Amino acid sequence: MAQEGLNPTADELTADGWQGIVADWSTDKQAFYVPWGKAMMWIFLLSDTFIFTSFLTGYMNVRMSTAVEWPNPSEVFALSFFGQPIPLILIAIMTFVLITSSGTMALAVNYGYRRDRYRAAALMFVTAAFGAIFVGMQAFEWTKLIEEGVRPWANPMGASQFGATFFMITGFHGLHVSAGVVYLAVVALKVLRGDYERSGNYEIVEITGLYWHFVDLVWVFIFAFFYLW
Amino acid sequence: MATAEGQQHPLSIYFWIWGLLFLFSAFSYATDFLPDGFVRTGLILLFMVLKAGFIIAIFMHMAWERHALIWAILGPPALLLFLIAILAWEGDYTVLTRLDFFSEPLAPAGLEH
Repeated sequence: MAQEGLNPTADELTADGWQGIVADWSTDKQAFYVPWGKAMMWIFLLSDTFIFTSFLTGYMNVRMSTAVEWPNPSEVFALSFFGQPIPLILIAIMTFVLITSSGTMALAVNYGYRRDRYRAAALMFVTAAFGAIFVGMQAFEWTKLIEEGVRPWANPMGASQFGATFFMITGFHGLHVSAGVVYLAVVALKVLRGDYERSGNYEIVEITGLYWHFVDLVWVFIFAFFYLW
Repeated sequence: MATAEGQQHPLSIYFWIWGLLFLFSAFSYATDFLPDGFVRTGLILLFMVLKAGFIIAIFMHMAWERHALIWAILGPPALLLFLIAILAWEGDYTVLTRLDFFSEPLAPAGLEH
């Protein structure tokens, strides 16, 4: 929590909206009345937003500017069950896996603040497991496309930029998910061990959750722009 | 709003949002079966914005934060709209140039500009 002397007065906290923005940012004092770790995580996520948007905007540019036909993602990512191809099904399942993990993470944060550390840690492990499943499915998807001849520099199905943007965007997202699985596992172990029992302060679970929800958030945009568009 | 005890909200709100995210994801997937056009593109964007909004507002607790933090985080990405606009403009120009100069059937010799 905020250190002594930095706490806002009751008056300062009642004013929000534009007056609140001015009051919070002015007079050379603490601007964000959240734990510093949470503010730092938000600022990191802001920078990550710029990275992912740059990737997606670069993808938009090369897809718009290529004179060669873009492969149809609906067919490229179809899977056949019993001889019947279902369009984009793998990506749909991956989307549901990630959303499920976001839900378990939200519950973990809630149980953390209730100081129910066993439930919080268990839910974090479940979240990490769903993340690992997601990465596994992505590895399957990459293998399938590489076997079909898709490379970062070439693509037998049409525009070669498809391979470049696919591996870069999904690769960078997959890296975030993988890092998130490790991050979740580490924090969950510390929660389970009772590292936060003395202070009773479980905001670390919420901070970890922010990162995890962000990974899900980025996938919402990748799903819309790369796979559905 | 956030208190010294952190963000504590009833569990039911998370289950509601969880359900809505599932529903909107199913709807987004369903747009893949629609014919290409403005309707499909519009629905893709609509469900994307709804899902992103619910994740940020509820799961990431932005709805309960103070405006100073909300604007510091959600304000700067608005600059990215300029990046998107100038790269769309540039992409449009590039593809027209490519079609003009590198694609024989579409650009017959002697085409006047």
